[in-house]
Amino acid sequence: MTAETDDLARLHDRLVARAGEVGLIDLAYRAVDSPLGALLLVATEQGAVRLAFEEEGHDAVLADLAERVSPRILRAPRRLDETARRIEDYLGGRSRSLDVPIDLRLLAGYRREVVEALPRIAYGHTATYTEMAGMTGRPRAVRAVGSACANNPVPLLLPCHRVVRSDGSAGGYRGGLQAKRWLLGLEAAGAPAARERLD
Amino acid sequence: MPSSEETPRSLPPFEQVVEEHGRRVLAVCRARVASADVDDAWSETFLAALSAWPDLPGDLDVTAWLVTVAKRKCTDIHRSRARRRTDPVADLPEVVAPGAETDDEGVWRHVAALPDKQRQVITYRYLGGLPYARIVDLVGGSEAAARRAASDGLRSLRDKEIR
Repeated sequence: MTAETDDLARLHDRLVARAGEVGLIDLAYRAVDSPLGALLLVATEQGAVRLAFEEEGHDAVLADLAERVSPRILRAPRRLDETARRIEDYLGGRSRSLDVPIDLRLLAGYRREVVEALPRIAYGHTATYTEMAGMTGRPRAVRAVGSACANNPVPLLLPCHRVVRSDGSAGGYRGGLQAKRWLLGLEAAGAPAARERLD
Repeated sequence: MPSSEETPRSLPPFEQVVEEHGRRVLAVCRARVASADVDDAWSETFLAALSAWPDLPGDLDVTAWLVTVAKRKCTDIHRSRARRRTDPVADLPEVVAPGAETDDEGVWRHVAALPDKQRQVITYRYLGGLPYARIVDLVGGSEAAARRAASDGLRSLRDKEIR
């Protein structure tokens, strides 16, 4: 590292602190290392607005948010420390709840209702897409439930991985089928499964 | 948020701007202000740029624009140093000149609160350094209306900032 690189890192920290003070950071983000690969965590002042898997391409996700929410986006790891720690605890099998502030501004209508209902499926349990449709008062909207889950902006934080097919198979997942199985395994078995990384 | 342009465009996340241009802006600041002021000049530049970012025209040359902003910030620093050396009251600007607004970064909160047209014109004019003729291309209306919007905006900023 050159002295100039250090200077730029220090200046970046300071910019983030001052921009935060005057309310100019619309979206703060950081990476979170996890057994499921590098996760991208993005938050507004209200809460986590997006959690993305490595497969989704972090740059592409940020570019999309710049267009849909605001381009005032800065890497501000410290602001997201608490949420990151909770994710790590959850994925490490040390915690069963991921109770963090969430901002669902990317969703509207029925999709939002479905995603908001996800925490009703308890840790270690699953529900089928059909059951979720019933739970949200639209028993015939099974497909819509599937697409709401597939587009959940904050997977893990709102547990769409707990929604499975009626035949018991896992169904799709934003982070890939393997990730979904890994999460279901983690919740079924508790901590031990968490020690193996998914590769 | 972007409002009046008809051409679709997407601005990259601001973090990318800092990554790509941080070094160049640092060089500009180092060349223009004393080393004790370099950090301030750099921060002021990016803070102002961040504030204006969502409203910028998609075809703006980001490098040239940032260098312009950095130079202005450096000039501001010289000016405020000079003011401090002389009688501060005797030297109050009669209007909020492009430089004077930056002593308090809170001003960007007020800029953000201005009506759309005033905010855009002020952003393009005082931060982007664009001529009124070019601003009219971007926000529509006549040059006279753009000048009026700028002066109304500055007046309301001055009411908030200078007591």
